[in-house]
Amino acid sequence: MSLTAKDKKMVKAFWAKVAGKAEDIGCDALSRTLVVYPQTKTYFSHWKDLSPGSAPVRKHGGTIMGGISLAVASIDDISAGLLALSELHAFKLRVDPANFKILSHNILVVLAILFPNDFNPEAHVAMDKFLAAVGRALSEKYR
Amino acid sequence: MVEWTDEERAAISNIFSKLDYDEIGQKSLSRCLIVYPWTQRYFGGFGNLYNAEAIMNNPMIAKHGTTVLHGLDRALKNMDDIKNTYAELSVLHSEKLHVDPDNFKLLSDCLTIVIAGKMGNAFTPEYQASFQKFLSVVVSALGRQYH
Repeated sequence: MSLTAKDKKMVKAFWAKVAGKAEDIGCDALSRTLVVYPQTKTYFSHWKDLSPGSAPVRKHGGTIMGGISLAVASIDDISAGLLALSELHAFKLRVDPANFKILSHNILVVLAILFPNDFNPEAHVAMDKFLAAVGRALSEKYR
Repeated sequence: MVEWTDEERAAISNIFSKLDYDEIGQKSLSRCLIVYPWTQRYFGGFGNLYNAEAIMNNPMIAKHGTTVLHGLDRALKNMDDIKNTYAELSVLHSEKLHVDPDNFKLLSDCLTIVIAGKMGNAFTPEYQASFQKFLSVVVSALGRQYH
């Protein structure tokens, strides 16, 4: 299920519309991940405050969105573009790749909330495929 | 037996009380067929599913979306015994409709996203947690009679 030319065009166009709210998107998506899938909190035992919208959650949400932006810019070769991030997740963070799917789902939920008209079914399928591709690229170096 | 807190019951009840079954049913099912095109395999007799626009305007899909969504009413009315409430529907989906139970999760995800789009910020993380818990119990019950 690789990205077609049509998918890439849709992702770039949609991202251009939503990138201005990247930090809000990241913050809300991560907040929802921690609340709806409490097992994900195990990765953040070093944070003081795991509540929705807290300072560490907002900051980290922004960091994650930076990675997504990088993936959009590298959409023609996501694996190459995310090589350093893949190594980080594989060797240092060691986040179980199942969690990429969880976060992706919550990003889509937030996109639906913030952009109810733009996040139509065509945008949804393109973004779902794109985020799955990002997850695969991040898992590349795991083993 | 699944335990529900008062907050979870209230959240789920609230979400359903505001639901326009025709609108949300049509949007969720058509979104599922568009985002996960392989699910179209179960709708061979439903007419034109050729592209997203055709799917979104297909009256048979719209009607079926409403039917599927009303199927959730059974769980809403029997939250303390969802497992047995869906025994009959589970047999139907397995023996007659031959639906791969993995598809239930795909439709659940689309339903969550459509409701999020409709409710906006009223679909808080806590509401999302309650709603997703509800859907996962239904999905599990629907898969139970497969063998």
